[in-house]
Amino acid sequence: MQDHILSIVTFAPLLGALIILLIRGDSEEAVAKNSRWVALWVSGVTFAVSLLLWTNFERGTAEFQFVEEVEWMPSLGLSYRMGVDGISVLFVLLSTLLTPICIISSWGAVNKRVKEYMVSFLILETMMVGMFCALDIVVFYIFFEGVLIPMFLIIGVWGGARRVYAAFKLFLYTLAGSVLMLVAILAMYSFAGTTDITTLMTTTFPSEMQKWLWIAFFASFAVKVPMWPVHTWLPDAHVEAPTAGSVILAGVLLKMGAYGFLRFSLPMMPEASVYFTPLVYTLSVVAVIYTSLVALAQEDMKKLIAYSSVAHMGYVTIGIFAANQQGIEGAIYQMLSHGVVSAALFLCVGVVYDRMHTRMIAAYGGVVDKMPVYALMFMVFMLASVGLPGTGGFVGEFLVLVGAFKANTLVAALAATGMVLGAAYMLYLYRKVIFGKLEKDDVKALLDLNWREKAVFAPLIVLTLWMGIYPPSFLDIMSASVSNLITNYETAIAASNAAPMFAQVFGQ
Amino acid sequence: MITTDLSMALPEIFLACSATVLLMYGAYAGNKTAGFVSALSVAVIAVAFGLIFFGGQKQGVAFGGLFVVDAYANYMKLVALTASGFGILMTQRFVEREGMARFEIPVLMVLATLGMMMMISSNDLMSLYVGLELQSLALYVIAAIRRENLRSSEAGLKYFVLGALSSGMLLYGCSMVYGFTGTTDFDTLGTVISGLAAGNESPQVGLVVGLVFVCAAIAFKISAVPFHMWTPDVYEGAPTPVTAFFASAPKVAAIALFARLLSDPFGSLVAEWQQIIVFVALASMILGSLAAIKQTNIKRLMAYSSIGNIGYALVGLAAGTQAGVEGLVIYMTIYIFMNMGTFACILSMRQKGNMVEGIDDLKGLSKTSPAMALALTIFMFSMAGIPPLAGFFAKYVVFAAAVDAGLTTLAVIGILTSVIGAFYYLRIIKVMYFDEPSGSFDKPIGAEMTLVLTVTTAFIVFFILFSSPIMDGAAVAASSLFAG
Repeated sequence: MQDHILSIVTFAPLLGALIILLIRGDSEEAVAKNSRWVALWVSGVTFAVSLLLWTNFERGTAEFQFVEEVEWMPSLGLSYRMGVDGISVLFVLLSTLLTPICIISSWGAVNKRVKEYMVSFLILETMMVGMFCALDIVVFYIFFEGVLIPMFLIIGVWGGARRVYAAFKLFLYTLAGSVLMLVAILAMYSFAGTTDITTLMTTTFPSEMQKWLWIAFFASFAVKVPMWPVHTWLPDAHVEAPTAGSVILAGVLLKMGAYGFLRFSLPMMPEASVYFTPLVYTLSVVAVIYTSLVALAQEDMKKLIAYSSVAHMGYVTIGIFAANQQGIEGAIYQMLSHGVVSAALFLCVGVVYDRMHTRMIAAYGGVVDKMPVYALMFMVFMLASVGLPGTGGFVGEFLVLVGAFKANTLVAALAATGMVLGAAYMLYLYRKVIFGKLEKDDVKALLDLNWREKAVFAPLIVLTLWMGIYPPSFLDIMSASVSNLITNYETAIAASNAAPMFAQVFGQ
Repeated sequence: MITTDLSMALPEIFLACSATVLLMYGAYAGNKTAGFVSALSVAVIAVAFGLIFFGGQKQGVAFGGLFVVDAYANYMKLVALTASGFGILMTQRFVEREGMARFEIPVLMVLATLGMMMMISSNDLMSLYVGLELQSLALYVIAAIRRENLRSSEAGLKYFVLGALSSGMLLYGCSMVYGFTGTTDFDTLGTVISGLAAGNESPQVGLVVGLVFVCAAIAFKISAVPFHMWTPDVYEGAPTPVTAFFASAPKVAAIALFARLLSDPFGSLVAEWQQIIVFVALASMILGSLAAIKQTNIKRLMAYSSIGNIGYALVGLAAGTQAGVEGLVIYMTIYIFMNMGTFACILSMRQKGNMVEGIDDLKGLSKTSPAMALALTIFMFSMAGIPPLAGFFAKYVVFAAAVDAGLTTLAVIGILTSVIGAFYYLRIIKVMYFDEPSGSFDKPIGAEMTLVLTVTTAFIVFFILFSSPIMDGAAVAASSLFAG
């Protein structure tokens, strides 16, 4: 089992999806019930198996572990290669953790076409996990793109009023970016003669070619992250997606782009990464400040959190392109904590949405009187999102800012303003929804969290606090891989005459 | 040796004899035996498939260089036969229901298939023309088979007039080539033309003009832009199973012929024809994706989709390399499965005994016929080139070849058109899954439809796991084309 653990974790959900497809029942009710339970069991077992990755992962080495390799399409040079290192292993765990949470959270919220819904979610899990494990660039691409199919259906079938628009926008934006990446992948294959990621990492591409490759990869990852100005699909997708869809979208899918930067852009195109760093800084700083301001003006809770996600991902991209130990570790940490916290925030919105069927901030007020437990949980996640010390959000943002400060003081200073703005909009949201006078009749009728909802939030609270109080548990896993990445990156740069764009203009 | 020659052409001879026998039988036994003739035709196609697949015929040229059997010909014939087999299989129930059952239809399809096999195996401009005409004449008749129907007659007439025009262009091109090289035989042509290249002489203008005419004529047959105008009208007007047939088997044959012609005798003129193919591929991909957006009739939509698909296949040919032809071969194989599957769905679109063709008629299909909706969704995602479905690998191989040959711009534009194309494929999925049902389709759809749907869906989904026979076959086929 040790040898095939990644394949098991990747494909167990797919097997579960097939089982659910075969479920027949007398009534729709019975089919729905069985589908829910099968999905929960499958994703639960997958999560349990994936914990072996946590326990058996060897800390302190940058090597890929649990590696599998099977010849697959020899005439195209493709092999099925899987493996994880310190950068990817935690994302695998994040994906396997969030899927059962999503399934529990949709228990009562999704009542139509439950079978298809559960199938979509399990297929989605396979795609996400596979993407983080892939060590072949085409296998990576297959999983990366494959995510679109279930996500399109989840938003389009179970989404809100403008779901068709949102689903098409998500699909076409992401596809347009990704196909350019595909051309870049083909060009890399044509140059290096292999699609093996580990080999490509040690291949030195000509500097002119690197720039084109970098742009093509950037087109794909920037949409996925999402970076300003190609972020506009995200608020639409979030608002229209069902709660669990938003959770997965914010929790895992947004991390795919940033993971791509870490896995491909920095190690394979170091010169181009240096060259384009000012561009990434600019877009990220704009994202942090501008989308925070936009978030302040939102009236829809989900939209507000969606814009806050764009701002938080701005930190991530700053951290990655700061390209030092703190910056990259901070970026990964920020992604993990954002994965947990924003997922939890969307679940918080889902809880009241299920009861009131509105996401308008103005429709709420004084919820704390009726739902004290909910108010407490919401507070923890809200503060984690703000970056309060003691929560995971603080560690990530702090490390990113330290890293950015070492790389570029101005960028760090501008990015830091985002923290203030972040506190402003999150506190505004919390005050409007939770506090205030209890006046509205339907708010008065609210019931506090039931056991199922508490069970959903409990692991997320534990994780948020754990990440805030004892970061070494997580940093130990990633540090060796990150320092290896940085060493290779700096060696490659030293060997070339890489310089950032406009360097002559600013005389840096 | 005449016996060797005959044995090499055994599958073709078998098809020709069988078609004659079936024709005689139908003529004497009358139209009531149309179902039986149709079943026999499928069997005949299957036997021909088996003869090639298990035959292990001697490879080489026969009949004084007119006819060639190589791995490439065999592979493409298998693909064309598969498409024909599916096509005939899906026709019978439709024609019976529509009250147009005639024994001539399957016989004509077999004859068209014979023409296709001749085209694929042709090794001389003369045998090429004979094969092409046999195929085309049979198809003209089938397009207009519903002679009391205005649209069907119009489709047949359009197809005939434009097809005749393209045949004329082909003949004109062939005569130019003959005039400037003194031969119609592919092998000699290749020697003469590569001799020009070796002697550093630029080819005569007349030869290039001839080449352009031949390219234009074949572009007509594969409905590549700018010679595509007939396609939407003919596809819409012809009876649906005939459209399904048109969109697959003849395309395979014509593009196989195209690849052989350009890589083998005209291989040394790659600089001349590459620009033509690049343009035709680009124009087809762009028009195929843009023009399909506004369509409301699913058959018209499929017409534009097939134009776009031919564009993608031509990207492989444009590369002008062995990898490119390999990509083209793989693309066409996957394409006929996606296409046949989609048409099986379209043929099952009947409400209260009437065929419907509007995209809106698919509304809410995921509720009324979940299995068919799932199958059509898989075909649409595959056509859009989304992994892990087969359509992704089809695009992957042709674009890989193009990038490898340095045609990066072509690859970038082509792949961006696939995003536009994704929009209209997604629209069909949207109608089926996101909209509420307006009416349900008649059930059952019939055993042979279920069979076609199952086989094609399984092929598209499991290609990722079991691709090696096709990949290996295509590799051998392409290398045999470039061996000479």
